[in-house]
Amino acid sequence: MTLGKDTGRQATAAPSNMQAGVPAIELRGISKAFGPVQANKDISIRVMPGTIHGIIGENGAGKSTLMSILYGFYRADAGEIFINGRPTTITDSQAAIRAGIGMVFQHFKLVQNFTVLENVILGAEEGALLRPSLAKARKTLAHLAEEYELEVDPEAVIEALSVGHQQRVEILKALYRQADILILDEPTGVLTPDEADHLFRILRGLKAQGKTIILITHKLREIMEITDRVSVMRRGEMVATVTTSETSPEALAELMVGRKVLLHVPKATAQPGATVLDVENLRVTDGAGVARLKGVSLKIRAGEILGIAGVAGNGQSELLEVLGGFAPGKIEGRVSLSGQDLVLSGPGATGETRRAAGIAHVPEDRHHLGLILDFAAWENIAFGYHGAPDYQANALFMDNDAIIRDTEGKMARFDVRPPNPQLPAKSFSGGNQQKIVLAREIERNPVLLLVGQPTRGVDIGAIEFIHRRIVELRDAGAAILLVSVELEEILSLSDRIAVMFDGQIMGERLPDQTNERELGLLMAGVATEAGAA
Amino acid sequence: MDYATLIEVLGSTLRLGTPLLLACLAGLFSERAGIFDIGLEGKMLMAAMASGAVAATTGSAWIGLGAGIFASLLFAGVHGLASITFRGNQLISGVALNFVASGATVLIAQTLFGQGGRTPPLSGAARFSPIQLPGVETLAAVPGFGPFYAKVLSGHSILVYIALLCVPLTWWLLYRTRFGLRLRAVGENPESVDTAGVSVIRLRYTAVVLTGVLCGIAGAYMATSLQAGFGREMTAGRGYIALAALIFAKWRPWQALWATMLFGFLQAIALRPDVIEGTLHMKIPVPALDALPYILTVIVLAGFVGRAIPPRAGGQPYVKER
Amino acid sequence: MAKLPTWADLVLVPLISLLLAAVISALVILAIGGDPVEAVTVMVDGALGSPYGWGYTLYYTTSFIFTGLAVTVAYHAGQFNIGGEGQAQLGGLGVALVCLALPWPHWSIALLAASVGAALFGAAWAAIPAWLQAKRGSHIVITTIMFNYIGAALIVYMLVEVLRPIGQMDPASARFPVGAKLPNFGEIPGLSLIFSNKVPANVSFFVAIAACFAVWALLWRTRLGYEIRAFGKSESAAVYAGISPTKVIMLSMLISGGLAGLMAINNVMGESERLVQNASEGAGFIGIAVALMGRNHPFGVFLAALLFGFLYQGGAEMGLWTTIPIELRLLVQGLVILFTGALDTMVRMMLTPFFRTARGAA
Repeated sequence: MTLGKDTGRQATAAPSNMQAGVPAIELRGISKAFGPVQANKDISIRVMPGTIHGIIGENGAGKSTLMSILYGFYRADAGEIFINGRPTTITDSQAAIRAGIGMVFQHFKLVQNFTVLENVILGAEEGALLRPSLAKARKTLAHLAEEYELEVDPEAVIEALSVGHQQRVEILKALYRQADILILDEPTGVLTPDEADHLFRILRGLKAQGKTIILITHKLREIMEITDRVSVMRRGEMVATVTTSETSPEALAELMVGRKVLLHVPKATAQPGATVLDVENLRVTDGAGVARLKGVSLKIRAGEILGIAGVAGNGQSELLEVLGGFAPGKIEGRVSLSGQDLVLSGPGATGETRRAAGIAHVPEDRHHLGLILDFAAWENIAFGYHGAPDYQANALFMDNDAIIRDTEGKMARFDVRPPNPQLPAKSFSGGNQQKIVLAREIERNPVLLLVGQPTRGVDIGAIEFIHRRIVELRDAGAAILLVSVELEEILSLSDRIAVMFDGQIMGERLPDQTNERELGLLMAGVATEAGAA
Repeated sequence: MDYATLIEVLGSTLRLGTPLLLACLAGLFSERAGIFDIGLEGKMLMAAMASGAVAATTGSAWIGLGAGIFASLLFAGVHGLASITFRGNQLISGVALNFVASGATVLIAQTLFGQGGRTPPLSGAARFSPIQLPGVETLAAVPGFGPFYAKVLSGHSILVYIALLCVPLTWWLLYRTRFGLRLRAVGENPESVDTAGVSVIRLRYTAVVLTGVLCGIAGAYMATSLQAGFGREMTAGRGYIALAALIFAKWRPWQALWATMLFGFLQAIALRPDVIEGTLHMKIPVPALDALPYILTVIVLAGFVGRAIPPRAGGQPYVKER
Repeated sequence: MAKLPTWADLVLVPLISLLLAAVISALVILAIGGDPVEAVTVMVDGALGSPYGWGYTLYYTTSFIFTGLAVTVAYHAGQFNIGGEGQAQLGGLGVALVCLALPWPHWSIALLAASVGAALFGAAWAAIPAWLQAKRGSHIVITTIMFNYIGAALIVYMLVEVLRPIGQMDPASARFPVGAKLPNFGEIPGLSLIFSNKVPANVSFFVAIAACFAVWALLWRTRLGYEIRAFGKSESAAVYAGISPTKVIMLSMLISGGLAGLMAINNVMGESERLVQNASEGAGFIGIAVALMGRNHPFGVFLAALLFGFLYQGGAEMGLWTTIPIELRLLVQGLVILFTGALDTMVRMMLTPFFRTARGAA
């Protein structure tokens, strides 16, 4: 290991570097392995000061690991880091902050019941007493707000702020620590297109002031829109660094994936049958009294995929939970399945009764809902169906051998690797875990399949497989409700698209008669002319 | 119940509430930092034995107090090691240390003194003697407030006043200092502290040390002030009751004072069957009185007095995300 | 975190933990001026050196199997039941009420009825904390501890005011009728060739072994067991799968309390033959150590209970014949819980280097 030694503060001279052509950040030969997984392989990159540099790549390409190394969360196994031309050892976050690096994580690192000010000064207090620190921060924040369109009420408590505002607090935290290099990890994943535009204005303002910005994303549109240069990562390696104005989305996509991407899943036109799911004026109020669904109505027919587009947190999760039988809080409205009314709350509304009614559910969060990670694969195949007659030996006992045999079959049909029913779920890759969940839910031939974020954290090969299976199930006559925050996925899989915003359906569109722009507006709560549909 | 009886009961409320208060504040520091500590009981017990034994040997209550704090810190250190460094199960660690304390206290006291696991009775300078507050004699004559001042507020050992002082001190530390801000943050979201470049481990250990010190004072008070010496299992579940009070107080210092005094009052009442029978006009069996503080603890925990949200990161060891 | 082969995790970790506890205990014995070698000799001699010693060791083992299984069942549901002590005390009350109710014609019928009584009372004592946990989120660790204290007070009240025969001074129930006397190992054909008539180990030992099998089948072969284990691993996922948290918490705690209560057929019915104060003598707490040491598996519980039976009987002998106080047992118990339950990562980290080199060589 040959990392540099100097960890002193040396990040104040960005403008002079700009003239000298010294990169703000230079990484040389960074490698990092987690056990047998090589997350970063011999990565070198130069980021010039006063630019916005994009890093793009698929899930699991190693972008976040690389940035975590830069922020002192992990130590690289090999390689060197230079900040403003000086070799720098970054042992922990403290060292990164001293070197002038600020990081805005994908999952915010805020204390929910603290005020904005308290969050900003945490770790950067002036002295042992709080009052002077708070006073100083209040003043500094007012300046920053003016300079960069970063208005946030300094006395507001974080949990009362919107996601967009919380993100601003993260940026303020970094600026308050006088960061000259700002790293943003998938910053728009939780934002509406409108909020994202605002963020980009802020970033341009920061760039104009000479700050260096690294933007990590998997969205090509953002790279094209805002970056000066872009580096592409694939499977832990840096495959190319190009000037943004000299490339195209298609070229970048090919670099990311390593081959031509199929943007559209081959599927025949839907042959919809009778109405399967009929949701009327569904309202959900959660335990804290917040309205999550504000009168949602929708219909899905047999042999049809209804895609729900929307920014995360606009009620899609609650919709899946109500239909899946496990939403907490107060639920009103009417939901019927093939003409039979479903019980919406109380003891009659459980995952068990829903499965009995023919509703299968691939949940959004497979780690916390879909799987028991410590259970063996075969135990997970029985999960939720552990009461199924074919899994019982007699009135008293389950038939574990039958479940194992069934699991072997399912693993073969869904190409789960390694095909070993005894392995615990946690030792499978994301894609194979999702195949286990999918095999369990699809193979019981449900009347209705609920599926949330089917390809989140799934490698590209598995994505195609999963999409094909969903379409096959549709063609076999099932009704499918697809929730995804990936617009591309919604556009390529759905037969109809409904857009959710703030607990309501903003409108319905047909995939071949709409585009990302129009859907984006609906996702931001802006109704377009045809929105009355 | 007449005024004179009430004064007496309130006086013993403060006396009996003090160890609960100290233990409750001890738990507050720990839990605010995200470390569950079911082992308050064991730390108090160890401190009671250590202070009782050392005070008996040296004849000094103060040296006894030091020994109590040291013993409690030792246990706090093991709990810290298990819950912070080795990311073990905090509940199990606390429970285990309580058993170790139960065994070790009797073992040591028996070896040292051979009196069936007790320490010898303390007297004179080996105990903390009551302190008269200034102006007691002049104020005592004032009707109403006079007796309250003389018999409830005045006449306790120094440790009672230290415990009371710890309340505003804790509040100030928690809400007005950098340390307090970081402590509260680390119990809510340790990642926020870590990414801000502050050591989660050091903060949590500091909290655990404070917990140890306060439990040490609580235990020493039991043996050298409330009683005259250490006796087997003398803490009798006070560590657990303090935890219930902490939940009741929603992890806030002033509320902790009121909550522990409420439990102190219950214990004081339980010692006065005559008062209860006089008030309720019926005979209450002694075991029922003994069980009263425990029953009320359950009622408090049942949340019939309002829901409590614990610090969000409580009980979870901190592991940097992959 | 350190990764070990499964067998090492299951066998080596508890053994090393035990070794660490033993080393610390030996140091403590030295510190208080005792002789660890003498202590071990006395313990082994007293607990395993004679059929008489075995008779006591297996008697304690029986109790610890029940309380260890109690902790195990709750643990799989993610519930930490440290109310086994109170539940065992209440189980004793159930046994006493059943045994004193009728002039039982034969011990087998009496055992059946007393088992039901013991389990019901133990379960009832776990029911309130369980309900409060399920419905109000009250911390089950603290509530079950409180119920230990409340249970102790209740037993005192029952013994002093209700069950004590007129004219008797000590707070205890009347002696159970002869028909409710369980045969001890000295009275069972076959075993009587080895054991004398004086040993406390009795037929409930076989009930305990049956309970091990029953708990194993429950946890790994039934739907309820599946639901208990799933819920214990992930509450949110269990709810997604249609598993009712209330049902799992209630049933697992009722079974747990029932098992702890069932212990009373050993000590109250099989040994003292009347209900006395503090009949369970901390066996409920030892169940925690037994469950952790036994890795929450019934077979492990059986072995750990045997070990603690030895420690208990040996410890008693040690308290009798050496200057070392009997409370050392409590210390060992605490240390075992500490090392197996809270410092297990440390133990694993100590072991990892050995396996790394072993694998590297292979």
